[in-house]
Amino acid sequence: MTSFLLRRILQMFITLIGISIISWLIITTAPGGPISLTMDPKISPKIIEQMMKNYDLDKPVYQQYFLWIKKLFTGRLYSFKDGRPVLEKIWERIGNTLLLNLVAMTIIFSLAIPLGVFSARKQYSMMDRLTTFGVFLGLSIPGFWLAYLIILGTVELFGYPVLGMRSFVTEGFGAGEIVMDRIWHLLLPAMIMAIHGLAGLSRYTRSSMLEVIRQDYIRTAKAKGVPEETVYYKHGLRNALLPIVTLFGFLIPGLIGGSIIMESVFAWPGIGRLAYQAVLARDYPVVMTINTITAVLVLLGNFIADLLYGVADPRIRYQ
Amino acid sequence: MKTPLLEVRSLTTQFFTEDGVVRAVEDVNFEIHPGEILSLVGESGCGKSVTGLSLLRLIPIPPGKIMSGELLFEGRDLLGLEEREMERVRGNDISMIFQEPMTSLNPVFTIGNQIMEALQLHQNLDKKEARRRAIEMLDRVKIPSPEVRIDSYPHQLSGGMRQRAMIAMALSCQPKLLIADEPTTALDVTIQAQVLRLLKEIQGEMGMAVMLITHDLGVVSEIADRVAVMYAGRIVESGPIEAIFGEMRHPYTRGLLESIPQLEEKKKRLNAIPGQVPNPMDLPTGCKFHPRCHLMIDDCKKEEPPLYPVNKNHFSRCIRWKECC
Ligand SMILES: Nc1ncnc2c1ncn2[C@@H]1O[C@H](COP(=O)(O)OP(=O)(O)O)[C@@H](O)[C@H]1O
Ligand SMILES: [Mg+2]
Repeated sequence: MTSFLLRRILQMFITLIGISIISWLIITTAPGGPISLTMDPKISPKIIEQMMKNYDLDKPVYQQYFLWIKKLFTGRLYSFKDGRPVLEKIWERIGNTLLLNLVAMTIIFSLAIPLGVFSARKQYSMMDRLTTFGVFLGLSIPGFWLAYLIILGTVELFGYPVLGMRSFVTEGFGAGEIVMDRIWHLLLPAMIMAIHGLAGLSRYTRSSMLEVIRQDYIRTAKAKGVPEETVYYKHGLRNALLPIVTLFGFLIPGLIGGSIIMESVFAWPGIGRLAYQAVLARDYPVVMTINTITAVLVLLGNFIADLLYGVADPRIRYQ
Repeated sequence: MKTPLLEVRSLTTQFFTEDGVVRAVEDVNFEIHPGEILSLVGESGCGKSVTGLSLLRLIPIPPGKIMSGELLFEGRDLLGLEEREMERVRGNDISMIFQEPMTSLNPVFTIGNQIMEALQLHQNLDKKEARRRAIEMLDRVKIPSPEVRIDSYPHQLSGGMRQRAMIAMALSCQPKLLIADEPTTALDVTIQAQVLRLLKEIQGEMGMAVMLITHDLGVVSEIADRVAVMYAGRIVESGPIEAIFGEMRHPYTRGLLESIPQLEEKKKRLNAIPGQVPNPMDLPTGCKFHPRCHLMIDDCKKEEPPLYPVNKNHFSRCIRWKECC
């Protein structure tokens, strides 16, 4: 077990370095640069040269990469755009992003699994067909389009703001109203972010369940006189959930990708929106650092999924 | 004669698949007496498992359906029971064990857990008592250090041990009838003999009746009291073991017996029955065995023969049973 953990951590570390090198290459070779984008064209070449020097942009790409790492770990990494420490900018916002993702993840798991189990149990029933239809609809609707539609719709219908984390004007709100206001602002983007995962995961649960109930041990349980419901929910579900545990790891990248779009659409002050703005401004230090943090989250998610799988399935041995 | 424990009357089970109707079991009649071992034999696909599963009403519906028949268990027709009542019969009065010990136990629960489940369901035992009984059962099926093994997961046991655990589970509530569907087929030859001996031994101790399903007449000769030979969903010959092995009255039974490999005659070619098992969706007319039969005459193609009584407990579904075999 210990050697497994050490090996996995080393693996994650190597993967992380690989990811950061590739992101670095992609970002620095993308057309445009931080200076040309932000600067007035009339500015003197001398100042530009000075700025290039400040940002290490006069050095070869590989040196820039090592300088970035060095600065990141010594806490002296500053944004090109406003000169603020990158970690500080991210720290302010990462909690908001995690909150949004956590809520989305909770929605996905708490709805998708019952939905999938139900669909499998009543295979080809009207409800199963309806959920199947809903799932494919959910999978094929682009999130940003739906988000705009919902923003328009709710504002038109209720005349209530949906952008940001809270309403601007909250004077005269009671404590209850403030909480409701926050929940409202949180739930809309989280729900839209959850749609894809929800659709995918419920489908997956359904097929996993259908696969499991054909197994021999289900027949054994029935032959023992275990009531139908118990066979399904105890013997069946427990096995059907095993592969789903690993999906937990795969869902994270999708959610984070989704949060870049949703945070931008909903003006949610998280690192997704920060990353989007930083990419537009070619703010390399911010983009790179967010990339790396995201990669760490994804790798951690997979790692946790592996460990959970071992807990859930007695056949798994770590060596 | 004693009253039978189970009386199966004209059981017919079919599967309605996309390709057509599979006539898996057709008008099957037999009975099992308390404490006896009845063996159901026949080539793969002849409907043995479907017969066994039908008795417990475990046929998957759809596509399957028990079309007709009566399953009189201690005089009560199982086909007339509510599902809830049937659940009380399964695992309690009638148990079943299966061919694949590898896949027939739930991989995520310990074997103890799986044995205790039946005990808690049917005998209203509390956890502690159920555990004690489960250890006792594991000891009974000769699993070494049962108080440790009880907490093993199926994957931690060998095939033979798993099948023993299956037997322990099936017998934990002291059923009156055990349906054993090819219980040794998936095991190594040496383990096969051990498990078979164990089954026979426990049967002697506990006195339950056993319906032993197998395609292997070698297995039958070891432990059965009576034999029913199945072909294409029908029973073609039935009788006491001595009658079937000594004076069989159906060419199919003879073919089966001749295809048992004999250790002394290693060099001699195995006498397999020529031709193939008929497709249950498209069965021949008349006697279902006639296309493969060396005794076939024109009459065999016309009508399905009834079961002729050779004597009071030996029957054959062959119009030429007198000349055979
Ligand atoms: N679930 C099912 N759906 C369709 N056909 C089935 C099903 N189960 C069994 N059958 C068919 O019923 C026939 C008898 O099968 P079975 O009783 O399993 O044979 P065996 O004598 O080898 O145990 C076979 O032709 C098989 O294909
Ligand atoms: Mg079979």
